[in-house]
Amino acid sequence: MTVASPAAPAQPGGFLASARGWIGLYLTQMRISIASQIQYRVSNYFYMIGMIAEPVIYLVVWSTVARQQGGSVGGYSPGEFAAYYIVWTLVRNFNIALTPWAWEERVRGGALSGMLLKPVHPIHLDLAGLAGWKAVVIVLWLPIAAFLSLIFQPTLDLRPIDVVVFLVAIWGAYVLRSMFLWLLGLVTFWTTRVGPVFDIFFVAELLLSGRLVPLTLMPDWTQRLSGALPFQWTFSFPIEALIGRLPPEQLLGGLAMQVLWIAIGAVLVSLAWGKAVRRFSAVGG
Amino acid sequence: MPEPTVRVADLRKTFRVPVRESGLAAAARSLFRREHRDVNAVDGVSFAIEPGEIVGFLGPNGAGKTTTLKMLSGLLYPSAGEATVLGHVPSRRDAEFLRRITMVMGNRNQLQWDLPAFDSFDLIRAIYRLDPAVFRQTRDEFVELLDLGDLVHKPVRNLSLGERMKMEFVGALLHRPQVLFLDEPTLGLDVTMQKRIRSFVAEYNRRFGATVLLTSHYMADVQALCRRVIVIHHGRILFDGALADLSTRFDSSKTIGVTLRDGVADLSAYGEVLSTDDDRVVLRVGRLEAPEVTARLLRDLPVADLTIEDPPIEDVIERVFADARDERGTPTEAAVR
Repeated sequence: MTVASPAAPAQPGGFLASARGWIGLYLTQMRISIASQIQYRVSNYFYMIGMIAEPVIYLVVWSTVARQQGGSVGGYSPGEFAAYYIVWTLVRNFNIALTPWAWEERVRGGALSGMLLKPVHPIHLDLAGLAGWKAVVIVLWLPIAAFLSLIFQPTLDLRPIDVVVFLVAIWGAYVLRSMFLWLLGLVTFWTTRVGPVFDIFFVAELLLSGRLVPLTLMPDWTQRLSGALPFQWTFSFPIEALIGRLPPEQLLGGLAMQVLWIAIGAVLVSLAWGKAVRRFSAVGG
Repeated sequence: MPEPTVRVADLRKTFRVPVRESGLAAAARSLFRREHRDVNAVDGVSFAIEPGEIVGFLGPNGAGKTTTLKMLSGLLYPSAGEATVLGHVPSRRDAEFLRRITMVMGNRNQLQWDLPAFDSFDLIRAIYRLDPAVFRQTRDEFVELLDLGDLVHKPVRNLSLGERMKMEFVGALLHRPQVLFLDEPTLGLDVTMQKRIRSFVAEYNRRFGATVLLTSHYMADVQALCRRVIVIHHGRILFDGALADLSTRFDSSKTIGVTLRDGVADLSAYGEVLSTDDDRVVLRVGRLEAPEVTARLLRDLPVADLTIEDPPIEDVIERVFADARDERGTPTEAAVR
């Protein structure tokens, strides 16, 4: 009987080689995601147009209210509202993560089986894939942001620290939101339809993240509740970091909170994943 | 004696499925009280596969073949029993285990739909952290073996089913796995493409000494690749042995084809007439009676040509399942508890 020959040799081990392997995996998946995304240019533009409709509505409403209130609401002038919601469009595109609806499809359509056969945790492929997609989004976002700035005249007083913290915080927001949406998606393993659960999450996020309205305009109890939940670190914090409304200690404290919530999310995902794969019945193949 | 590559002992998988009668009243009742029943998809299966063996896993739809394969590849968690593959417990899904196996499912696309397969292959290289030089060599070798040529530069969505399946094979084997679980890999392919896939699997097995567990409804796949078959029905093994022994065990008949010099005659006195076609008659006789019937035919009739064969393997398999059904009742009653 023939003795099985070893599998194709992997690159050598060690910490540096392992780090190189992970970086290589992320970069390759990002490159493939970009290549895949730019196949559909028209679809991308329509997606972006749909994406800016939401903040433009908020912006028009709050700018009008600010003017009627004598020039500002809750410390925001029309120019600051414009800055908030234009930065919002970038943050929103950055914190897009795999939705639980995609999880439903992934489980029911059988795509998860293929992912489970690979020797890496599927969350890495998701994180890298959507990170690559963002590179395409930024290119599409630039002309839209320029157009919105011309129309709404944002007031933006940038300090170098704001820019640096923002650049870190938008990635933090993305990873944090990915963790919690992944966690939510894993509910699919226990109940086939997770849409209603996601709706509840979405409403809570809309109200408590700064997505609908800057958190400082919300009642005190809402702000306190928001402080105990992860939502504000995915929307409000990166936006306010860039528009210069946070002192340096709050900027660094915000990054620390993102790290904390990412760690909590990662632990919860890890625990839930271990139980979820045991329940997987490979529906549809 | 090497350790078996695959070892399975009393493996079981029970699915809990919701049950509901049709109609509005039943739907309303199900809001308050859900009923379930247990379906034993795999019901105490045991076998071992040696390194380098190609084993055919046969059974009708719902027999438990795919469920077994999924448990062995770590996709499904067994309800009971034990399984090891290359010394690993599949359900633990260790990265080292996943690096050494692959599973190909017919009609399932794992490649990037919008991009040429070359890009997907590169992602596979990154996932398995393959040495770039070895990866390129393996990829180019497989592409040549499967005659894929420039197709690797075409978006996967623009390929035919057969071309896509060949790409799937390249992608699934780039990391040179030692164990291949192939679930209906030639499903829906034309005869030429099936043959190409079969010869590729045989070549891979020969070159790398890989162990293969194959399910297929095409007996040509099984006959071309497997010397050993495991027949499973209602989640239980009915036969595990050489393909050649399957006929002996389950079908005690031989098929005699007779061509007469002066046209067709009534040969029902010699055995069961299966078909009559121009001047050729095909008879089924008992395995033990075959020599005597043959002698009588040659003595009594102007025989121009005579052949003695085992019955087609499809007929034998059909007989196996029919016998099992007779013994255990309908499949639904047997599989559901």
